[in-house]
Amino acid sequence: MAVIKLSEAKVNFIKDVCKSYGNKPGEVINVLHKVQGEYGYLPAEVQELVAKELGIPVSRVYGIVSFYSFFTMTPKGEYPISVCLGTACYVRGAEKVLDELKRQLGINVGEVTPDGKFSLTCLRCVGACGLAPVIEVGDKVYGRMTPDRVKDVLAEYK
Amino acid sequence: MINVTIDNKQIQVPEGTTILKAARMAGIHIPTLCYFELAGMKFENKPGGCRVCVVEVVKDFNGRPRRNLAPACATDCVEGMEVLTHSARVINARRTVVELILSDHPTDCLTCAKSGNCELQSLAQYLGIRDIPFKGEQSHYRQDMSPSIVRDMDKCIMCRRCENMCNNVQTVGALSAINRGFSAVVAPAFEQDLVDSPCVMCGQCVQVCPVGALTEVDDTRNVMAAINNPKKTVIVNTAPATRVALGEEFGMPAGTIVTGQMAAALRRLGFDYVFDTDFTADLTIMEEGTELLGRIKKFMAGDKSVRLPILTSCCPGWVNFFEHNFPDMLDVPSTAKSPMQMFGAVAKNYWADKMGIKREDLVVVSIMPCLAKKYESKRKEFYKDGNPDIDYVLTTRELARLIKQFNLDLKDMPSEDYDDPLGESTGAAVIFGATGGVIEAATRTAYEVFTGKPLPKIDFTELRGMEGIRDAWVDFDGTPIHIGIAHGLSNARTLLQRVREGKEQFHAIEVMACPGGCVGGAGQPYHHGNSEIIKKRTEAIYREDLGKPIRKSHENPSIKKIYEEYFGEPCGHKSHELLHTHYFDKSEHVEISE
Repeated sequence: MAVIKLSEAKVNFIKDVCKSYGNKPGEVINVLHKVQGEYGYLPAEVQELVAKELGIPVSRVYGIVSFYSFFTMTPKGEYPISVCLGTACYVRGAEKVLDELKRQLGINVGEVTPDGKFSLTCLRCVGACGLAPVIEVGDKVYGRMTPDRVKDVLAEYK
Repeated sequence: MINVTIDNKQIQVPEGTTILKAARMAGIHIPTLCYFELAGMKFENKPGGCRVCVVEVVKDFNGRPRRNLAPACATDCVEGMEVLTHSARVINARRTVVELILSDHPTDCLTCAKSGNCELQSLAQYLGIRDIPFKGEQSHYRQDMSPSIVRDMDKCIMCRRCENMCNNVQTVGALSAINRGFSAVVAPAFEQDLVDSPCVMCGQCVQVCPVGALTEVDDTRNVMAAINNPKKTVIVNTAPATRVALGEEFGMPAGTIVTGQMAAALRRLGFDYVFDTDFTADLTIMEEGTELLGRIKKFMAGDKSVRLPILTSCCPGWVNFFEHNFPDMLDVPSTAKSPMQMFGAVAKNYWADKMGIKREDLVVVSIMPCLAKKYESKRKEFYKDGNPDIDYVLTTRELARLIKQFNLDLKDMPSEDYDDPLGESTGAAVIFGATGGVIEAATRTAYEVFTGKPLPKIDFTELRGMEGIRDAWVDFDGTPIHIGIAHGLSNARTLLQRVREGKEQFHAIEVMACPGGCVGGAGQPYHHGNSEIIKKRTEAIYREDLGKPIRKSHENPSIKKIYEEYFGEPCGHKSHELLHTHYFDKSEHVEISE
């Protein structure tokens, strides 16, 4: 007997989301979207419970989670950092900013710092091309980023 | 009906026929790789993914040629269509497709378990591929070895037959396509090992895998080492379904019965005693039949606590399946062990004592049509002081390989008998190999024990057939008994759900995990999608039954003797100790934790 361990609040939330979609197997992507929206990521136990509620094999849920780059199984940090790699930001040196972030945080894209403070992801265009290159920390946008400014931005959150 | 022209041959086909099927009707061969059909078993895999079956549509519905090549397996014929299956353009594309597949495929054919049976290998040969012009990165995955199945996903070509089989035919749901692009592969959730997944080890994925990505665990070396060890007494038992399939590996037509030749070959391999699982199949009927009658009599006497229907428990894939999926019904199946595990228990206790052989010096080998049997033999409850009741399980295919290594040909073997006493069996035992057989065997005995009268007819043809779910009423001299039968686990799930919801009542249900029963087991010679082979094996099973002088388990003299000498009575104290087992809840449970 394998046991899925989850907090009561999580179990109730996930069950409610599944119910709001009629527990239909065809709604699995919508369900995962909502659940990730709440918790920031989709750990194995959450996928197990979603599979159980929708009556589909967990292998299929994992197949979907691992297929779409939007879904992630890694938790976000307290301050999730997103680097825009859209065309405008890219040509104005976003990659160098990203490299500096990786160096200072000691993590790669898709990872979290050991203290759980920062996580690093990339995205394509936040619609602020005039400020390129752009990074986001949580909801706050930093424009005209340079590798030199990375240290100061991170310091705001330490 | 619509008219199509394939390779300048005009044919009429029903609407909705694919180009591939139309070509086959016209006797035109279009090579395929991912496509797989098991006719009559509701299994068709046509993801249109490999592009090996592409053809040139020179005249489409609009009278003009189609610009792109079309996959024959996934394109329907339309009126007036003209198709070329082997034009220069097609052959060129087909070759490139296979060269690209090979560019990300290991070329260790010399030692690959699938060599000689590999559909990719045959295709490369058919297309005359002599080098792989595309050089580049190759995908690598962790190897996963369960007690039954080896997964070597470096060899996976993403045909997804296994995924289809696992999810749709078996509804096990262990396998799914995961990741994307170059790292896409078929795997259990979270890339966990098969043993940690809901896999029931039925091995039907292995039976349909076109390449060496999914294969059986090879135990031939261990068996030969035991035979080479002078301290060990090595005995063997052969499952019913093996005797109607082994011949295929030696070029005999499907459905050839090779019982005597197999016994002879096993002696030449060096087994000290050649016994038959059929003997313990008869023993299973005594135990399971008695258990069934016990429950029916209690039920008829008004005992509401009795659990009916009784479910057969011979099939280890099925046992794993209900442990994973029906944990609320663990007290419903018969507690009788499978014939193989009964054989192990009888051999290592009753027979070893009788012969004065120490348990640890006795090696028991089983020849099985099954991969789940390998797993079953490793279940903890079938061990005593660290020593298993069954030491090794070989599939029909593994046995064929051993026989060939010994420079023997089954065709030249004389027909020999099994050794006594664990070799004597009845026609009731041999039909265990086909869907409906176990319950027919049980009915033959239960009827006579229940009514005290001889059977008016031995053959219960109403219990036979290939339909996925069947049911029949059998008249026990005035008492009607309702019997259900399912083969293929999706059918078993449907039937069990009906029972769970109280929609249908049965007295007994037989389930076999593999389509067709053990004759279609995952350890049998590869059928490559030809379901006629499974039907031929089934016919042979019933022929073998018909040719047996004794056809009811309770009339087997050696069975009578073992009860007199050792067990006393069916379902008695000694039987419960050695011939019965219990089941475990293997389902997923949600637990609240803070």
